[in-house]
Amino acid sequence: MNAHKRFPTRLNLRRGRVDMTHGAGGRAMAQLIEEVFVRHFDNEMLRAMNDQAAFAVSAGRMVMATDGHVVSPLFFPGGDIGALAVHGTINDVAMAGARPLYLSAGFILEEGFPLADLERIVASMARAASEAGVAVVTGDTKVVERGKGDGVFITTTGIGLVPEGLDISAANARPGDKVLVSGHLGDHGVAIMSSRENLEFETAVVSDSAALHGLVAAMVAEVPAIRTLRDPTRGGLAASLNEIAQSAGVGMRLSEEAIPIRPEVEAACELLGLDPLYVANEGKLVAICPAGDAESLLAAMRAHPLGRDAAIIGEVVADDMGFVTMETGFGGTRIVDWLAGEQLPRIC
Amino acid sequence: MKYVDDFRRRDIAQGLAAQIAAEVDPAREYAFMEFCGGHTHAIFRYGVQDLMPENLRFVHGPGCPVCVLPIARIDNAIELAERHGAIVCSYGDMMRVPASKKRSLIRAKAEGADIRMVYSTQDALRIARENPEREVVFFAIGFETTTPPTAVAIRQARAEGLENFSVFCNHVLTPSAIQHILASPELREMGRVRIDGFLGPSHVSSIIGSAPYEYFAEEFQKPVVIAGFEPLDVMQSTLMLVRQVNEGRFEVENEYTRVVSREGNLKAQALVGEVFELRSSFEWRGLGEVPFSALRIRARFAAFDAERRFDLSESHGHDVKGCECPAILRGVKTPTDCKLFGTVCTPDNPQGSCMVSSEGACAAYWSYGRFRIERASQDKAREQDKAREDAA
Repeated sequence: MNAHKRFPTRLNLRRGRVDMTHGAGGRAMAQLIEEVFVRHFDNEMLRAMNDQAAFAVSAGRMVMATDGHVVSPLFFPGGDIGALAVHGTINDVAMAGARPLYLSAGFILEEGFPLADLERIVASMARAASEAGVAVVTGDTKVVERGKGDGVFITTTGIGLVPEGLDISAANARPGDKVLVSGHLGDHGVAIMSSRENLEFETAVVSDSAALHGLVAAMVAEVPAIRTLRDPTRGGLAASLNEIAQSAGVGMRLSEEAIPIRPEVEAACELLGLDPLYVANEGKLVAICPAGDAESLLAAMRAHPLGRDAAIIGEVVADDMGFVTMETGFGGTRIVDWLAGEQLPRIC
Repeated sequence: MKYVDDFRRRDIAQGLAAQIAAEVDPAREYAFMEFCGGHTHAIFRYGVQDLMPENLRFVHGPGCPVCVLPIARIDNAIELAERHGAIVCSYGDMMRVPASKKRSLIRAKAEGADIRMVYSTQDALRIARENPEREVVFFAIGFETTTPPTAVAIRQARAEGLENFSVFCNHVLTPSAIQHILASPELREMGRVRIDGFLGPSHVSSIIGSAPYEYFAEEFQKPVVIAGFEPLDVMQSTLMLVRQVNEGRFEVENEYTRVVSREGNLKAQALVGEVFELRSSFEWRGLGEVPFSALRIRARFAAFDAERRFDLSESHGHDVKGCECPAILRGVKTPTDCKLFGTVCTPDNPQGSCMVSSEGACAAYWSYGRFRIERASQDKAREQDKAREDAA
């Protein structure tokens, strides 16, 4: 079908803005889908322009994950909401050890949102999806009145296939297991905060936003006995470890000195009164494996570009209270608790 | 991290711990009050208590700015937003502190009040510039450290002619509070609290200097050591306190010489003096009315004083029943003495102010140290079970 015939003039992607007709189901919506979404995400299933994507299912265990993205600002050092929406869901799928197959994307656009920004976001999503080898095969667009949204919200859903022989779950952690992280913590949260309107400070830290399924594939190939994988996003490492401790009915003991944190991130947290263990990551994972496999898992992680700075940071211990404790660099012991409320900066 | 890691070194900490252990007199107890929430936080965050001998303990003082603000003042801040329609700008720590009737700034915000979290007075000024048709009130709280920036903002607002900007002033003074604690009957007459010395404030002292503490040291015969906020500062200062106690001295010593001088920051003091004057009395949570313990805005800056500008009701503010924050703030009780601690009162659902800020004693106990309490009680229960079995 020739686009020029269906839509006499092309969308003004340089100066145009989203208006209510772009979500109304009429010709304007069809044009937005065709000239922005289909053009960038281009694949056969999407081009079929059905309300759903159709594909064959192979035998085995599948996983499915969904993730809403409302990050502010939309563009930040090292990424944007588009790439983040792809990475976030791929990572949730990958944390089962799965190979992600397909993604869906739902957009909620705010009236008045510049089409140029939308295209930039969609292009970034498409790039992230194509780099990850996972296609966006179905989607949806809605428009809300000005003031009822914050530019754009994106929800993505992903499905993936778990290779035979894996059983990865938070409930599997056992006393004696080792706890590993794939690299420096807190980069994403600090990058976002550094670009917040009322909190601008200069830092070289960029978001770690990345799709982790490649790293996960290398890890499960080396150590199929991995017990647990988690990506420590909101709430940071502290939240992930507490979730795992609760599911598995165990405690954990960490060594502060072993946890990789960039000096810039530590400095920014110091300045803002934050604790890097609670700051979000978007391209890191926590892995728990039997102690005997820890060194080979660490080597496999370090051999992958996204796991170069991986480290063993502690161990799972028997503790029916489920405490995550940490030996501080100072030689004392403290709890690494759940995050309460939002992480608020201290004032003096 | 340069300049920071040096003050958190484990080898030095172990050396200091050994020295403190060697110098304490095993025949006596040592109780030192750290006045500031910043010290409370450091003690728990780094596990400093673990490195101390058993007969040395820290008593947590009232120096947490959000903890000592009476509930009535938070009610007033909510009133400014709800009844007077102002945009109320607050530091983040204040947002979750309980007000009367189970409310808080963050709940009032969810119910539609225009309350915004800011990181500095400059953010509040910017909001005032961007909303010329709205009243913008900065909810000013804190000790001497946060007062100079508020003074700067008021001067700046006047210079710019920002007529829609005002400050709801709740700045309080450290020396008056310490004096009040030392003069309290619990300490002087009833002997319910023992304090052998003070870890003096660090940031506050950078503004006021170390001289203001000389009076207490002399009058109440208690040693004061001005201590930095890093864990090694706390340990070094504790050692200095132990030595003063052992030698029967009660002097003001300054461990935090890299920042604090005897005179303090004269420029900041002048700025504060220009904009603020003493209140004859101010209510502190836990301490009650404390004479000459807070600041208000001078008449010549009246236009920027929210208390003069808006009609605020006399709220009396009610504490949650059973909440021991007042006694905890005076050092009379510890968080675990409170029936609400860890049951209905947790950082996720704070009933009292001490559970909100990470500088509050309850929040610090809960967030960093409760494994000790719970393990201890578990061990005790096991021992009892075993004793019962043995007896059987």
